[in-house]
Amino acid sequence: MAIRTAAPAPSADAAGAAPLRPTGVQAAADWQAFPDASGHFGRFGGRFVPEALMAALDALTEAYAQARIDEAFTAELDDLLATYAGRPTPLTDARRLTDHVGGARILLKREDLAHTGSHKINNVLGQALLTKRMGKSRVIAETGAGQHGVATATACALLGLDCVVYMGEEDTRRQALNVARMRMLGAEVVSVASGSRTLKDAINEALRDWVATVEDTHYCIGSVMGPHPFPMLVRDFQRVIGVEARAQVLERTGRLPDAVVACVGGGSNAMGIFHPFIPDTDVALIGCEAGGDGVATGRHAAAIAGGAPGVLHGMRTYLLQDEWGQTQVSHSISAGLDYPGIGPEHALLHETGRATYRVVDDTAAMEALALVARTEGILVAIESAHAFAAAIEVARELGPEATLLVNCSGRGDKDVDTAARWFGLLDEPATAGTAGTTTDVGEQR
Amino acid sequence: MSAVPGRVGPNHPQPARGPEANGRTMHSRLDACFTAARAEGRAALVGYLPAGYPTVDGAIAAMRAMVAAGVDIVEVGLPYSDPTMDGPVIQEAADAALRGGITTQDVLRTVEAVADTGAPTLVMTYWNPIERHGVAAFAADLAAAGGAGAITPDLPPEEAGPWLAATAEHGLDSVFLVAPSSSPERLRRVADISGGFVYAASLMGVTGARAQVGAQAEGLVARVREVTSLPVAVGLGVGTAAQAAQVATFADGVIVGSALVRVLVDAQRRGDDPESALSGIKALAADLALGVRGGQGAVPVTA
Repeated sequence: MAIRTAAPAPSADAAGAAPLRPTGVQAAADWQAFPDASGHFGRFGGRFVPEALMAALDALTEAYAQARIDEAFTAELDDLLATYAGRPTPLTDARRLTDHVGGARILLKREDLAHTGSHKINNVLGQALLTKRMGKSRVIAETGAGQHGVATATACALLGLDCVVYMGEEDTRRQALNVARMRMLGAEVVSVASGSRTLKDAINEALRDWVATVEDTHYCIGSVMGPHPFPMLVRDFQRVIGVEARAQVLERTGRLPDAVVACVGGGSNAMGIFHPFIPDTDVALIGCEAGGDGVATGRHAAAIAGGAPGVLHGMRTYLLQDEWGQTQVSHSISAGLDYPGIGPEHALLHETGRATYRVVDDTAAMEALALVARTEGILVAIESAHAFAAAIEVARELGPEATLLVNCSGRGDKDVDTAARWFGLLDEPATAGTAGTTTDVGEQR
Repeated sequence: MSAVPGRVGPNHPQPARGPEANGRTMHSRLDACFTAARAEGRAALVGYLPAGYPTVDGAIAAMRAMVAAGVDIVEVGLPYSDPTMDGPVIQEAADAALRGGITTQDVLRTVEAVADTGAPTLVMTYWNPIERHGVAAFAADLAAAGGAGAITPDLPPEEAGPWLAATAEHGLDSVFLVAPSSSPERLRRVADISGGFVYAASLMGVTGARAQVGAQAEGLVARVREVTSLPVAVGLGVGTAAQAAQVATFADGVIVGSALVRVLVDAQRRGDDPESALSGIKALAADLALGVRGGQGAVPVTA
């Protein structure tokens, strides 16, 4: 099978039977070969930040090192995840989608059912608790589509923290409802008009805020990116997805899945579901980068497929950049994947071959979105639709005997307007859209 | 406006440079510059402008003008797409320079034209453009252009090994930053790998003129002096002669960036002709040059 790989996980000690804990944070202690003590995942990662932030990153690293072995901290996080965020999220057998595709059995990890509508809540609850533990009272965050911003605003409301969310000016216009949602939750939303006015510039502005306010402010980064310890921290808080899913698949099917598929922008939902499977070398890990109009057009967000190693936002990783090392603007119909980089641990998984990365363009993602809605009654986020588009391919490659786990990372309510315009539904409300693949769904049954 | 006495003029022969000059064993041009300033009982004046703003040649003219007006050391900014350490003024100029198509080659050409004045010329750049150019190649090209070294604000000592090797090979100084938040251990670590001078950030924040110099600046300089004999220059938030005079009482160098860039940005916004923009640069630089000599200057705070 082409997509399988026998390459061992670099950090794998073969002890795959980590106990199922709600947070996954303690279980992650088995997986600390990466990053190394200075925050490197092989040649990726590290800490490329101004000296002014070094003390805060050291303090955060230390606070997290203590918190993760503190029963009181993990118990509080476990409790919030269970009683507030709605964990564990279910595993859904996608029967009609499986039948329609005619390949592997497709199982969905339903992060769309977590509070605030995506996996983002897992990370922000952990970081918000850390913020309080460090004695800080203010949280800043960046957001693209607004999902991480909404999750951060939610956690801050819950825990009584001040919250400022930076969002590119373009995105505040396109995602006006999420802006209102964050404000309802008590957050201040700052529209960023510098640079390309997108997610990367929101991150720039958050970093500028942080260097001046680091005394009382925590920067709650929303993905497995940025300077050490963020890629590790966010991975560990998102690891709960894979810990739960691995046990759920075993219980449901009696064996591990043949492949795990997830979309990758910065890559937090993918890293969260991949990580517990890394030692299971028979399980293929497949990340899906956003192909926009297609990698060949130059208008895409596929950092691995169309980028090269470099340094941005405090980390060394694959980046979209020109020959002079200037960051190139990414393009994707999915605001949440519209980022010119990728988390450094994904760069390592790619280089070692432990995970493979495919490109899903806008059209394929939107076709998958429509198909999943029609066959499963789940309106997924456009981000997650990229994973479904690849999963359809992979399911056919694997064949009917195989099992495929897809991370359904978020719900698509926020994307209805985009989807309605894509499919022309506002003008033709009673018919299927322009994408073609949606019309034959009913005929399959 | 009179030339500042004691300066190396534009037509003087330049010090040795290139592979034969070993920055670890011989005095660098920055050392010589700080020593000369100290002999005059004053601080050195370091001026920053971004390459390519408003044009490549316009920036070169502005940099040469500020040298003529009394700036001792020039920082040539390499405009970068994601300037996370910079405030709005430098962002605006960098964005415009990038829209104008500035490249690393243009920056090196700028260094060459400015170094021709005899003033030690540094590149101030975020790390990725150097990495993309090739670490060894950038050091070689910078040395060939007559550059004295580079300031790399987002390259921490932990990641600096290849860069230190490349700059040492080409006799370039590598300048690193310390901040008020730096622990004594980190101050020592940064000072140990720094060449030319240590860049002390006067406050926790991004570049940009402030009404007052950061209160932590003097203490930070004192802490740096405990761990190194290198000169210490203070930057961030210094924009007037009075502020330069204040900093000059406790630091070896005074670094001014945004206030100078702002002169060009304002001129551009007003649609001034290039000559009057240059006059503005000369006036502010001359004022700052008085400041580092203890004078109060005449140009008001623009922050």
